Amino acid sequence: MNAVFTPVAARPAPHSTRGPLAWLRRNLFSNWQSGAFTLALLVLAVMYVPGMLHWAIFASVTAADADACQAARGIGACWGVVTEKHRLIIFGRYPFDQQWRPLVATVLMMALLMASCTRPFWRPWLAALWVVVLAAAFTLMSGGVLGLNKVTTDQWGGLPLTIMLSSLSIVMAFPIAVLVAMGRRSQMPAIRTFCTIYVELIRGVPLISVLFMASFMFPLFMPQGFSIDVLVRVLAGITLFAAAYLAEIVRGGLQAIPKGQVEAAQSLGLSYWKTQRKIVLPQALALVVPGIVNSFISIFKDTSLVTIVSLYELTGALGLALNSDANWRPFKVEGYLFITAIYFVFCFAMSRYSLWIEKQLNRSKNR
Amino acid sequence: MSARQAPARRREWSWRSRSIRALVYQLLAVGLIVLLVWFLAHNTAENMRVRGIQSGFDFLLQPAGFDIGEVLIHYDALDPYWRAFLVGLANTLKVALIGIVLTTLIGTAVGVGRFSSNALVRGLCYGYVELFRNVPILLQLLLWYLLLTEWLPDASEPISAFGLVFLSKGGLTYPVPVWGVGQAAALGGLLIGLAAAWAWRRHARAQFERTGRVRSMFWVPAAIVVVAAALGWIVAGAPNEWNVPRLADVIVEGGTALTPEFIAVLLGLVLYTAAFVAEVVRSGIASVPGGQSEAAGSLGLSPGQNMRLIVLPQALRVIIPPMTNQFLNLTKNSSLAVAIGYPDVVSISNTAINQTGRAIECIAIVMLIYLSTSLSTSGLMNWYNKRSAIKER
Repeated sequence: MNAVFTPVAARPAPHSTRGPLAWLRRNLFSNWQSGAFTLALLVLAVMYVPGMLHWAIFASVTAADADACQAARGIGACWGVVTEKHRLIIFGRYPFDQQWRPLVATVLMMALLMASCTRPFWRPWLAALWVVVLAAAFTLMSGGVLGLNKVTTDQWGGLPLTIMLSSLSIVMAFPIAVLVAMGRRSQMPAIRTFCTIYVELIRGVPLISVLFMASFMFPLFMPQGFSIDVLVRVLAGITLFAAAYLAEIVRGGLQAIPKGQVEAAQSLGLSYWKTQRKIVLPQALALVVPGIVNSFISIFKDTSLVTIVSLYELTGALGLALNSDANWRPFKVEGYLFITAIYFVFCFAMSRYSLWIEKQLNRSKNR
Repeated sequence: MSARQAPARRREWSWRSRSIRALVYQLLAVGLIVLLVWFLAHNTAENMRVRGIQSGFDFLLQPAGFDIGEVLIHYDALDPYWRAFLVGLANTLKVALIGIVLTTLIGTAVGVGRFSSNALVRGLCYGYVELFRNVPILLQLLLWYLLLTEWLPDASEPISAFGLVFLSKGGLTYPVPVWGVGQAAALGGLLIGLAAAWAWRRHARAQFERTGRVRSMFWVPAAIVVVAAALGWIVAGAPNEWNVPRLADVIVEGGTALTPEFIAVLLGLVLYTAAFVAEVVRSGIASVPGGQSEAAGSLGLSPGQNMRLIVLPQALRVIIPPMTNQFLNLTKNSSLAVAIGYPDVVSISNTAINQTGRAIECIAIVMLIYLSTSLSTSGLMNWYNKRSAIKER
């Protein structure tokens, strides 16, 4: 018996787990269902994407030429409508030769918005800076001083109005929201009840009904012979609306602060307000920054509703620009896609920022 | 040695007493709010007197005098205002309920799709969520409505699917069964089947807990329901009469039609809210620790069982509260239907304001309707939430 050593055949080398091929295998063809799905999607893409690209890019008309657009109708997109009307869409009815004013105001507000997103600006003076910049933007747009022509608020419109409405309302809503949130956690039953009723009442109704109230009922609320501008009324409506939602976000932050913090502050002899100002709020507000940004995004989107009460912000300005012009009215879809892109860029950037800042703030926990 | 006497309880009317200060603050707050309400009410009454605006809810009994394009309950222009409001409410509830069901389905599918092993599916779901939630809902509604009314063919030459379903600028028309005794019997069979299936599941669960024998919890009940409904249908003589739409000279006749307004509102609301629901579902599933699935796998549960028995029940606890908020948002956003002319309750109230000038009353009615819908929905969801919450000893 001479046993011959016969080794077991070597196992095949494992599939490579690196490189593009391995990635494809893992992510697109990991099993037969996944593979079938990938192929089905590819077939769909081959069927439809060229047509879409043809419509949106290759056969599209970018020149402001209504006849060329008319000729390409149904075949290619008419981006000429944007070329022709972009100033009317972006600035609304603001006097044409004065449109540098809303432009400067918008740039100012956006610069401040971006600055507010960075930590070095998270100081008490930021609030004062906001007040100053918003007042400057407001003056710049309304004019009447410094040799600027007066432009009444019914002529304001477009993107500057969208940005101004959303930032003004969130800035004014913030202090209300903090007070209401503290009120909802107060020990005093009367104050707690009022704050709860306010928040639940506002959160229970749609923004559009608040706006209708602002435009139909606010004039009746004012004393005789006292009238306020429709822009201010709508702004007040949006502010009250935003404050209720923001209050719930701030309350979430307040609840996350351990009770020991308050007890420690009390045992040091701090008063209620000092405790809130020095101990609770700085921690709670830092926690809710992502929530506040998300809230700003939804207010930014919600300002589109003021077009229903006849203020021509971005969405309304588009209707204004195209409805009265029979040459360009057929190309409203392209106009809508243009402002869709504007909204998307703003909101997407802000939501990315919200995610980033959340990670930054949680860094201490994720060590 | 005697114990020290407890200090006599003194009511000290001093600013230093915390309870006294609280009392004063609260009295002040109540006083301020009463003053504010009085001020507003007084101004309103004064303004209305000067401008000669009438007030009161008596107008609700007067004939409305306008037609409504889309009605679920019987209505004509001679009916009183309250009936017009009721029609509007029914339209709002219709779009909200159908919207909530569709949103849940699409949103859950997309949310689960974010965890797919297929990169294309993951990417598509991500793109969908980001695209649809970053564009205002009003803009989406207007865009859908524009697309439906501009790009679809005229009502005289609709797109047709198998000659049964027609889609055109006039809306979507589809066949419906002619309601008769047979359909009622089928419905009865379906209901009995549902009850029987529920009883079977109870029985199977009880037996599983007693003996450990696994009985089918899905296929057998599903079979019971289908068989019972079919039995009801056959017992009644298997009626098979459908009201099929057909292309007449210039319009589509027969069947049931959905107006383009309704389709646009539904499409816009569902696609917008589903993006948010997808995020809610995604974060809910992500909140279940991976160890749970690993433990399920080591116990021998299949991936499907793992999802159904281990992951979802735990994820649901996280999902339900924000999901409720999304449903409420959808209901509230349905008020934007006014922008494209779907006759929901806001649009009816706008017409009523223009005709009667009773702005305060009409807006109050609308707010009350939404408020009661919101509060009752959140009450219902709170009840469900409590049921699915962790049962702590």
